[in-house]
Order: sequence, then C-alpha cells, then structure tokens
Amino acid sequence: MEKITIEPVTRIEGHAKVTIHLDDQGNVDRAYLHVNEWRGFEKFTEGRPFFEMPQITPRICGICPVSHHLTSAMACDQIIGAVPPRPAQLLRELMHMGQFIQSHAMHFFELAGPDLFLGFDADPAVRNVVGLIEANPDLALKAVRLRAFGQDIIKRISGRRIHPNHSIPGGVNAPLSESDREDLLGHIDEATEVVRMAVQLARGWFEENKELVEKFAVFPSGYLAMVDEEGALQLFSGKLRLIDQAGKPQEEFKGSDYLEHIGEHVEDWSYLKFPFLRKIGWPQGTYRVGPLARLNVAEKIQTPLAQEEFQYFKSLNEGQPVEGSLWYHYARMIEALYAIERAKEILLDPEVLSNNLRAEPDGFTGRGVGCLEAPRGTLFHDYQTDEHGMLTKVNMIVATGHNNWAMSKAVEMVAKTFVDGNNLTEGMLNRVEAAIRAYDPCLSCSTHLIGSMPIQLRVVDSQGKEVKRATR
Amino acid sequence: MTKNGLFSAQVTLATDWLADCAGCHMSLLDMDEKLVQLLDLVKITSSPITDLKHPPEGGVVVGILSGAVNNTTNLEVAKMMRDRCKVLVAMGDCAVLGGIATLRNFFDMDEALKRAYVDTESTVDGFVPQSPELSRPIPVLPVDQVVKVDAYLPGCPPSPEAIYHLIGELLIGRLPVAGGEYLKYD
Repeated sequence: MEKITIEPVTRIEGHAKVTIHLDDQGNVDRAYLHVNEWRGFEKFTEGRPFFEMPQITPRICGICPVSHHLTSAMACDQIIGAVPPRPAQLLRELMHMGQFIQSHAMHFFELAGPDLFLGFDADPAVRNVVGLIEANPDLALKAVRLRAFGQDIIKRISGRRIHPNHSIPGGVNAPLSESDREDLLGHIDEATEVVRMAVQLARGWFEENKELVEKFAVFPSGYLAMVDEEGALQLFSGKLRLIDQAGKPQEEFKGSDYLEHIGEHVEDWSYLKFPFLRKIGWPQGTYRVGPLARLNVAEKIQTPLAQEEFQYFKSLNEGQPVEGSLWYHYARMIEALYAIERAKEILLDPEVLSNNLRAEPDGFTGRGVGCLEAPRGTLFHDYQTDEHGMLTKVNMIVATGHNNWAMSKAVEMVAKTFVDGNNLTEGMLNRVEAAIRAYDPCLSCSTHLIGSMPIQLRVVDSQGKEVKRATR
Repeated sequence: MTKNGLFSAQVTLATDWLADCAGCHMSLLDMDEKLVQLLDLVKITSSPITDLKHPPEGGVVVGILSGAVNNTTNLEVAKMMRDRCKVLVAMGDCAVLGGIATLRNFFDMDEALKRAYVDTESTVDGFVPQSPELSRPIPVLPVDQVVKVDAYLPGCPPSPEAIYHLIGELLIGRLPVAGGEYLKYD
C-alpha cells in the first residue's frame, strides 16, 4: 500500500496536511486530514484577568479576529453581570457584519476563486489570486475593493482593520462618528452590487459545473446553526438549532448550555478535536456548521435580497438539506449579501450614533459563555474565574472544529472519487485540497489549542513506505 | 514606487507563516489596490495564498516569515526559507519577538497539552495526539533564535503601510529599518 502526502495544503488559513493511503492496486483506501499545530491558548490564559481576553483571543485568528473579540466580550459581559445597551449591541453587530463581508469576499475570490475561475487543473504556478488578477483584472479589482469595504467597517468602529480594540465587558469603548456613518453609507450600495454580482457568478458556476458538483463530496449529516425567534438566519445573537440529515429539528438550546449538548472526541492523528452531539454520541452525532449548515437550518432570511436568493437555494434539493460540499461557496455569497444588507439596516438605525455604550456591572458571576456564528461556523468561549476575576478555566470550541469530521470525510470521498494512485496528477491532489477549501477552514482558530496546521500530501504503500510526496 | 538598477528583473518573493494567526498576511492583503500595483515589480512564488508549497530551489531574493517557531515543522520551514532567500524578513510581533504564544513557555508543556486534549470540559475520553504524522510542539521562539534574520518588522499586525514601506525599501536595494510611524509593537 502506498501513501500520498500533501503538505502544506495551500489557500486555506493555517497549517494542514493530508495523507492518502493506497491499496496494492493503487486505489485509495483511506485518507486523513491532519491538523498539525497547537498553540495552547486554553492553558496559557489561566491566571490572567478575564478582561484581557477580548484583546488576547483575537490573536487566535487574524482572519476572524472580530469573532473572537466579540465572543470573548459576550463571555465577559456575563462574568460581570452586565447586559450591554442596545447601541453597543448594534455596533458590535455592525463590526461583525463587516467581518462577514471581508472574510467571505476574501475566501470566494482570493482563496477558492483560483479553483473556480481558473480551473482545478490550471498550472499551480498561476492558480492563485495573482493569476486571477491577470485573467480578469476588472473582477479582481472589484473583489479587492469589496474586501476593503468590509475591513473599513471594522476600522471605522474599532480604529484597526485587524485585532480590534472596541468591545469591553458590558459594552464598547467608542461611539461611531456621524462622518464615518455617512462615509460607509456612501459606499455601501456600490459594495452591495459587487456582492450581488458575486452571487450570480457563483450561481452561474454551479449551473455550468453540475456534474462535478454532484460527485464532489456529497454526503448526509446533521447541521448546527444559530437562528432567531422566527427560525431565520442569525449570525450574532439567537438560539442554536440542530437539524438531522432530513432537515428535522433535533435540538434547540442556548449557547451557554453548550456543554450539555456538545462533546469533543480526540483522534491520534490530528491536533484538532472532533465535536459531536452528546445525545447521539461519536461518531453518529457529528454534524456540519458554517454557511451551508446555516442556510440548511434557517427557514428564511430577514433581508430582502438575500431572502430572494435563499428561496432559490432552498429549491436546490426541494427544501431538504443541500449536501454537496461545494455548495458552501454559494451559501457563503448569500450570507455576504445578508451581511451587507444588515450592515445598512444598522447604519440607518437612529440609535447607532448613541453614546449610551456601556452598562455598569450588576453582580459578579465568575462564569461566562460567549457564543455567535463566526464566518466559518458556531464559536464558543467559556471562561471561569476566581473571586478576583482571574481566569481559572478557559474552554473554546471554534467554528472549524465542528467541521473537522466533515472535512475529513470530504477529503476521503474526493480522494476516492478523483485520485488514481497509478496515474497521479497534480490536479487530482488539488481537488483533494479543494474539498478542504470548500469548508474555508481557519486552522489558526482550530489550533488555538496548541499549534499550526501544515497541509502535506504523501502516498505510502501498505508497508507504510512513502511512495510519493506532493510538493509544489 | 520605482525600480532602479539593483535588481535587473522582477524581484522574487516567498512568504510563509509559522505559528501565527494569519493576521500579518491579512495585513499584506490590506494593501488592497497597492498590492495589485506591486505585482508588476514583485513576483510572488510560494506563499500561503498561492499553490507553490515551498520556495523554489533556485532561491528567491526576499523571504518573509510571520509567526513564531513553536513546533518541529516550523523549524524545518524556517530553515528552508533561510536557505533559499537572500534577505530574510521577520514580519510581525510573533516572528520578531515570539508573540502571544510565548505565554505557553511559562507552563509545563505536558500540562498544557493535557488541558487541551484531556481536561477541557467538552472533551470526552481525551488523550494527547501522538501520531508520527504530527509535528511535536517545542518551546516558542522568535525566528532569529533559529535562523539569521536580516530585517525586522514588528506590529500585531504591522500596518499595510509599514509592509508597503518594507517592500519598497527592498525594491530599491536598501535594507529596511522600521522607524517613526512604522515602528509599533501592539
């Protein structure tokens, strides 16, 4: 038996490697996604004051620092027993929408775009964002501006594009200025048009690549996502709902009760743990999160343009969950549309310029669980402190973690469908990487535990001897 | 930005991240349109946003590493980058100083691993992963404790303007020095 190793997996955030084990006939037997790093945030924050966490935890991930900043602040609100006033919540949510715009735009155009628009088999030397710029400079420039607009929302609220300093326990530390609001409103319609174009671009790609999409890591699973009281898509604040593979709601719970519902399994070959639903157990209780899961779970979207597109999405599988991994790309763009529409609603809210931005502490509790939907899926921060507010226990489950089982399954399925050990091509291996990219994993987040995750592709034989290593 | 005679062709660039949050590379992308303009002068070879996995064997002019060295794979990546570039830049606080993850050095490594994979409240029947496929964690170090670094750009992350300045200085053949508004540790 041979083994193929892909390392590092590129155009994903962080370090991972893939090993593909072949049988004696050269067919794929098993494939593994190894998340290969660990940094140790859950340990090294012990003994520190809880209020440092909204500054420390963004350093888990530079792509979604806002998610960690906000989730951390939510946990801190609970520790001091404070409920932030509505204007503070609006600014937090607005920053969150800015992050969805920038993160989803970057993934669609800069990370996944080269596969979608230059082709899985394109020369790896040009199959990247630079190649995309050369192939379609007009589109690329629009993409760059869209991402910049999302980052600009974050910067105008927090002073920085990356690693914001804005949310504090009980609220936020600065208002939005009237001129910043006007500037953002001045550009938002143009940015919305770019998102609408991206949605149509994605839809067109799927129509043209139906055959590929239908055999590319399509599998049933449960789905976990946040919804509002009406069962509509919610990214910032709501209850969690888990549906089964037929779309039937299985459980609804508050984020703060996550420990009763979610457990994490460990495998020897990955530093990233595997969450599962406790009620069902490992491995049957695995599920997916992120854009595809959110649209599968939601019954509607509360903004008009995204709702219109959502109806088309729901028609894809006649109301049943959409199972193909590549559909994540389309779901991501529908969410970007929701995010930009929601950002405009918030900017037009009369309270968005208010100075009522912080609630006073009202009863120290020493425990807080923050939960929201990060661009890649549901995020939990759970802090416990002693009576002085020094952290005693920190636990986090990050978005990419929930998808660990699904990514591993997608890798194996795509390897089995496309990889021929006797006639190995670079494009075959790139398809395996594309299976991972569909989930837009954020491996810095995943590896807050202890490290970073290089991706490598290596073929070993049945004696464990390495036959081929994919290095580009 | 203009190119003078020091480099005859496009300047080749390779970047990689070690143990970090990806924020430094995001800041690189935050150059926005300026990044697109730079592509006339700079040829990006391997980087996390391209599909070339390692710097070309023939070498590149500029190598940029972000992140701290925190496991055995990071060590290999840092050494390969050093071997294959003329000028090595440490970008961001983690590469320059070790950064946030150095907090881990104050704890016993086995205790920290046990917290992550055994004791965390959500973990069920946990154990510390040991597969030979995985790299082994080591104490967290800045890049220059492992290989020679030629230029330093601190910041968490460095601003896009600072990164643009750095690349501009390299393009005209000067070793960049972070100063003034470009020198920030945060």
